[in-house]
Amino acid sequence: MSDHEYIPKSKLGKWFNDRLPILTLANHLTEYPTPKNLNYWWTFGAILTFCLVTQIITGLILAMHYVAHADLAFSSVEHIMRNVNYGWLIRYVHANGASMFFLAVYIHIFRALYYGSYKSPREIIWILGMMIYILMMMAAFMGYVLPWGQMSFWGATVITNLFSAIPFFGESITTWLWGGYAVDNPTLTRFFSLHYLIPFLILGLVVLHIWALHVPGNNNPIGIDIKKPSNDTVSFHPYIVIKDIFALLIFLIVFAFFVFYSPNILGHADNYIEANPMVTPAHIVPEWYLLPFYAILRSVPDKLLGVIAMFAALFILVILPWLDTSKIRSAIFRPLYKQFYWFLVADVLILGYMGAMPAEGIYLLVARVATAYYFLHFLIILPVLGSKEKTLEVPLSITEPVLGGSASASMTRNRLDKI
Amino acid sequence: MSDKKVKRRDFIFTTSYALGAVGVGAAVWPLIDQMNPDASVKALASTEVDVSSVEPGQSITVLWRGKPVFIKRRTQEEIAKAREVDIKNLKHPEKDEDRAKNPEWLVMLGVCTHLGCVPLGDKGEYGGWFCPCHGSHYDTSGRIRKGPAPTNMEIPKYEFVNTNTIKIG
Repeated sequence: MSDHEYIPKSKLGKWFNDRLPILTLANHLTEYPTPKNLNYWWTFGAILTFCLVTQIITGLILAMHYVAHADLAFSSVEHIMRNVNYGWLIRYVHANGASMFFLAVYIHIFRALYYGSYKSPREIIWILGMMIYILMMMAAFMGYVLPWGQMSFWGATVITNLFSAIPFFGESITTWLWGGYAVDNPTLTRFFSLHYLIPFLILGLVVLHIWALHVPGNNNPIGIDIKKPSNDTVSFHPYIVIKDIFALLIFLIVFAFFVFYSPNILGHADNYIEANPMVTPAHIVPEWYLLPFYAILRSVPDKLLGVIAMFAALFILVILPWLDTSKIRSAIFRPLYKQFYWFLVADVLILGYMGAMPAEGIYLLVARVATAYYFLHFLIILPVLGSKEKTLEVPLSITEPVLGGSASASMTRNRLDKI
Repeated sequence: MSDKKVKRRDFIFTTSYALGAVGVGAAVWPLIDQMNPDASVKALASTEVDVSSVEPGQSITVLWRGKPVFIKRRTQEEIAKAREVDIKNLKHPEKDEDRAKNPEWLVMLGVCTHLGCVPLGDKGEYGGWFCPCHGSHYDTSGRIRKGPAPTNMEIPKYEFVNTNTIKIG
């Protein structure tokens, strides 16, 4: 938080601010000292905020026309597409918006992994972020059920059946989730209710996420603690605001490409067939952003262990700040971690690809190796690297390697040039 | 706690918390239980099916409680194949005699016990069913033989009302 006490200029402003210090908050947000070396990977926070607001607004509008009933849901979605003014646009923005949201969140998460943004003192920011990510997956899953197509129905069946793997209580839990003995109308109506709720929970967590961020301030590409405000910082407005807006515009080009030129490429044709509880589509695949976890689920031959492995792959991320024992944050100064980081990126991409392929033969074998490596990375490689890795020398400030000042700093500059 | 004497006040606190917890539990239970199957769902508990037109080797699928039920009239070969298996080698050992009281008729939930997909008939390595979702193979008795499913496909409660009618549920 800024050290100086903010006093509004106008008398009215001062009167109001003494009663509700909202102008102090606005001042904090504009003056907020930000590391001046933030690169474009840091713009995804703003992009994600935009995605959340877009999903809430388009979702609110869709809910005005959608009917949450097993007999009417499918045709009400077609009604939105054909009859409602600009309904096609709003639905395509919402459906593709979910994919764009996940694209942005994966970049945001992998940025945090590369630059060690989850490390002390930012563990709570990271955990809040993971809670948001988990809620996003729940919202996306339930939203995908609402059009009541074949993929909606069978996706819902497979995912809710994950809970049937729980010993003793599994069956009662799935019956409770369904409100019946299979996915049916009661399931659809409760998913609609929860799908409407979750974005607001996410919004609340985003506020906490940003609040927690503003306590230590942003991490930065070289991952060092900086003095704030100082030569190493710029104010959030206008510097970061302009940078974020520019990045958002580029992001919107990608977004618009999907919405206007290939709005269904990320979906599945089967979801334009109305849900039929008697026939399972030949090849059920979740949406692309869930594929790596789906691959982990399928790569374990035992039902319960498969479900455990899938959830473990997610929750292992929550405890990441304590698995990575290295004190150095940024991968720039960790030559070995940097390589393992890219191995992990490749591993997750491979898992994603295997999740989309049938679970047999070579695909299954590769998925198993990739699953094993995923856990190896977090449980063995990261803790061991913390003590074994020879890290490079970290500069004392952002300015130092550029302007020089000491022998060690110029050495660091040379190393930085090579990187 | 050990060095402090338990006072009357501690007793009052403990009982208040306990009673408060019971009260909260009682208030929350209706909010949770409303999600369980309601009366209209439970009312659809049984279905009667006319099977007179099903020839040996054929299978029909009917919907019961929102789930597909396979009614398969098995051929002599299929019955023989199901009965000659040594059940000691099965993942979920069940005799075919216990699964199909009337050997000609196999009535079972058409729901894969892995994650709930509907398996395809006359497919798979054991001539029974094959689940396309995650590759579980079932034999002609609906028993799991290969793949991730943990148990055999479930046999619902059913009875022959007369020779042509099966009542499920």
